Amino acid sequence: MSKREKNGQGDVGRRDFLKLFGAAGAAAGTLPFGGSASADEIVAAAATDTKHHHAAEPHTRGGGYEFFNVDESAFVEAAVDTLIPKDATGPGAKELGVATYIDRQMASGYGKGDRLYLEGPFGEGTPEQGYQLPMTPSELIRAGIADVNAVVQKSHKNSFAALSAKDRAAVMADLEAKKTDLPTVPVATFFSLLLQLTIEGYFADPMYGGNGDAAAWKMIGFPGADAMYADKIEPFRNKPYKAEPKGIQDLI
Amino acid sequence: MATKLNPVDVLIVGLGWTGGIIAKELASTKLKIVALERGGPRDTNPDFIDPEIHDELRYAARYDLMQNVRRETITFRNGESQTALPMRQLGSFLPGLGVGGAGVHWNGVTWRWLEWDHQPRTRTVDKYGEKIIPSDMHLQDWPITYDDLEPYYDKFEKTCGTSGKAGNINGRKIDGGNIFEGSRKEEYPNPPMIAAQSMVMFEKAARNLGYHPFPNPSSNASRDYVNPDGVAFGQCHYCGFCERFGCEANAKASPHFTVIPLALKNPNFELRTNSIVLKVNLDSTRKKAVGVTYLDARGREFEQPADLIILSAFALHNVNLLLQSGIGAPYDPATGKGVVGRNYAYQCGGGATAFFDKRTVLNRFMGAGALGTCMDDFNGDNYDFVKAGYIGGGGISCSNSGARPIQSHPTPHGTPRWGSEWKKAVVDNYDNAANVGNQGAVMAYRQNYLSLDPTYTDVFGRPLMRMTFDFQDNEVKQMNGQADICVTIAKEMGATKVDRSIPPVPYSIVPYQSTHNTGGAVFGADPSTSVLNKYLQVWDVPNVFVTGACVFPQNAGKNPTGPVGALAYWAADAIKNQYLKNPGPLVPS
Repeated sequence: MSKREKNGQGDVGRRDFLKLFGAAGAAAGTLPFGGSASADEIVAAAATDTKHHHAAEPHTRGGGYEFFNVDESAFVEAAVDTLIPKDATGPGAKELGVATYIDRQMASGYGKGDRLYLEGPFGEGTPEQGYQLPMTPSELIRAGIADVNAVVQKSHKNSFAALSAKDRAAVMADLEAKKTDLPTVPVATFFSLLLQLTIEGYFADPMYGGNGDAAAWKMIGFPGADAMYADKIEPFRNKPYKAEPKGIQDLI
Repeated sequence: MATKLNPVDVLIVGLGWTGGIIAKELASTKLKIVALERGGPRDTNPDFIDPEIHDELRYAARYDLMQNVRRETITFRNGESQTALPMRQLGSFLPGLGVGGAGVHWNGVTWRWLEWDHQPRTRTVDKYGEKIIPSDMHLQDWPITYDDLEPYYDKFEKTCGTSGKAGNINGRKIDGGNIFEGSRKEEYPNPPMIAAQSMVMFEKAARNLGYHPFPNPSSNASRDYVNPDGVAFGQCHYCGFCERFGCEANAKASPHFTVIPLALKNPNFELRTNSIVLKVNLDSTRKKAVGVTYLDARGREFEQPADLIILSAFALHNVNLLLQSGIGAPYDPATGKGVVGRNYAYQCGGGATAFFDKRTVLNRFMGAGALGTCMDDFNGDNYDFVKAGYIGGGGISCSNSGARPIQSHPTPHGTPRWGSEWKKAVVDNYDNAANVGNQGAVMAYRQNYLSLDPTYTDVFGRPLMRMTFDFQDNEVKQMNGQADICVTIAKEMGATKVDRSIPPVPYSIVPYQSTHNTGGAVFGADPSTSVLNKYLQVWDVPNVFVTGACVFPQNAGKNPTGPVGALAYWAADAIKNQYLKNPGPLVPS
């Protein structure tokens, strides 16, 4: 009834996409030279960059970092790969572009605290009083990455990204269990935000850079943005409903 | 320096459900009406169209339609012994912003509260005696009964196209509807929605246990509908993007496409968006309001004189405006004196998550905000207070409002929060878990209240409002008792595993629980325990009326929008047919 007229060319989609992320995010030419990106991923990223005429193209595989420096992007790629690894159940967060998602979020208004009250005085408060740090999400993530890398450098003589999968999981488990003291940020706050961002990117609409090809939706059976079930809810009671998941850009 | 504008007859602060209803109802008076809305304008097209509105990250996780706490927030503490600190990001509740207010992003559950909810003190004392009431509980009757409000409940349901099944028409109990509801004159305007699989299972289990389940009254239209004002609704898509979202189908009743366009048709009505009211100005007697001071989008300050002022912002903002303006005496818990900020209450939650084996297919993503099956067997006074150990129970329901995966990927207790084991649990349980939840009443207490904070200010330089709130023993007992009942029902539904949970105690501002903030500017029969008389008119300043959930003396085990809408029609009626004919107090104080 209020469905917008379809635009077969995808031009509207691209325009909206650029509006949302800024031209730098959509068509950045920088490749993730550092970190643990494989040769395949770099090639895929380059290919995405050269045919960026259509916003619905998979643009998620490493397509350049707006906010993170090379050490930070390497950390985030390794971290999301540890939190949601690729395994027999389904795809991992890294291959779906979740590091890109987090990078864009950190560069966005959200990352810059556009919905945070940041007036002082600052006090620690009780857990029930919630977040009380004078830091935006991007400041918190940046400081936390530096903190963890410093701790890992000391314990393992290496950066977090260079550790084996097993060692990375052990570092994450220690962060979660608050067994690690971080010099700058409260460890539980940092870990929770990192995990929250990872899960968000994994399950958010593919247009945000994670959940490439809606693979995480496919894995769980969520049909995505194409959601009109008035004629289906009764016939499909207790019966499997299968649909190829669609993101917003697939429908415009 | 404020620019003084030409006077108007009626000034409305906040244009959501209640401001919209009053603006529309007063259109026939030919009075000059101005509405000031702190947020921007918006409409179904282009703001809520499909597929862009189906964006969980933007609307559900990043709160696109909500108040921005960078500009205005509250401070919070659990009790007097703590120093309140700012709510630096949204969490426990989500006040709206913009034309339509929270009426745009609500779920659409539209109750008539139970008869007991209107007269809880009288009915409790009659049945159990005075002694059952804890000494710090401000259990307080409404100044009107369910029967007084019945025609206005009916009017609001028809405005909203509410879909449901009556359980009591003219005293005749009807099986399949809510047999505990007060007597209705008429059936709902639309038939119930189509039940989802989990609701079919819940209904059967509840009946097996001897309870009385019925379809939630839902203002997500079950069919195409034209309301008595001639406003067309589309049939609900069951898209599963409802609460926190606008509706692409105009199926979820919202003021932005119902009452507000009708108000805007009136040539004597003017809407000014991006206009934030800082305070109501009083004359030297402090008994009469002369207008308001507000800022426009550019930060220019204006003084808008008006003869009659309606505060129809969100519940918390209305109380804040009263405190900022010095209208009514602020409540002081030490002396028990004062009324503004008194009886702030909230909502209890918790219940059970039922996990089923793989043969059960729920298709949870086919959902709607108000799609659910409920029972009131342990709500109001439909159960034994003494046996249960608590006053004011809750509705127990199984809802199917969608399965947006960022925020809905249930896993059994004990599952790791990340890694391969987490992922496997997410996949195994994504469509195999249903919630049986309690929506519980919260009574008012001496120690739970709203006041101005001594330290923090908003971006405009005003003190922030301070919330002092905690769940008390009665509510903790209720959440535990009701959760046990939810577990029993979940097991009867055939769950292979059941997880029981209640919200954090002490109350926490962090996890989302409910946007049913109530009280702080309550209506009543006694000016020493209420801010407003029964027509929602301020006792101390009779040319100010206040609407919304802030007027409830305590919260019920039900969503607030039904009585909020009904009371807006009730107040509009009193303004139009009594106050405007003879401006002054409608009830002697």
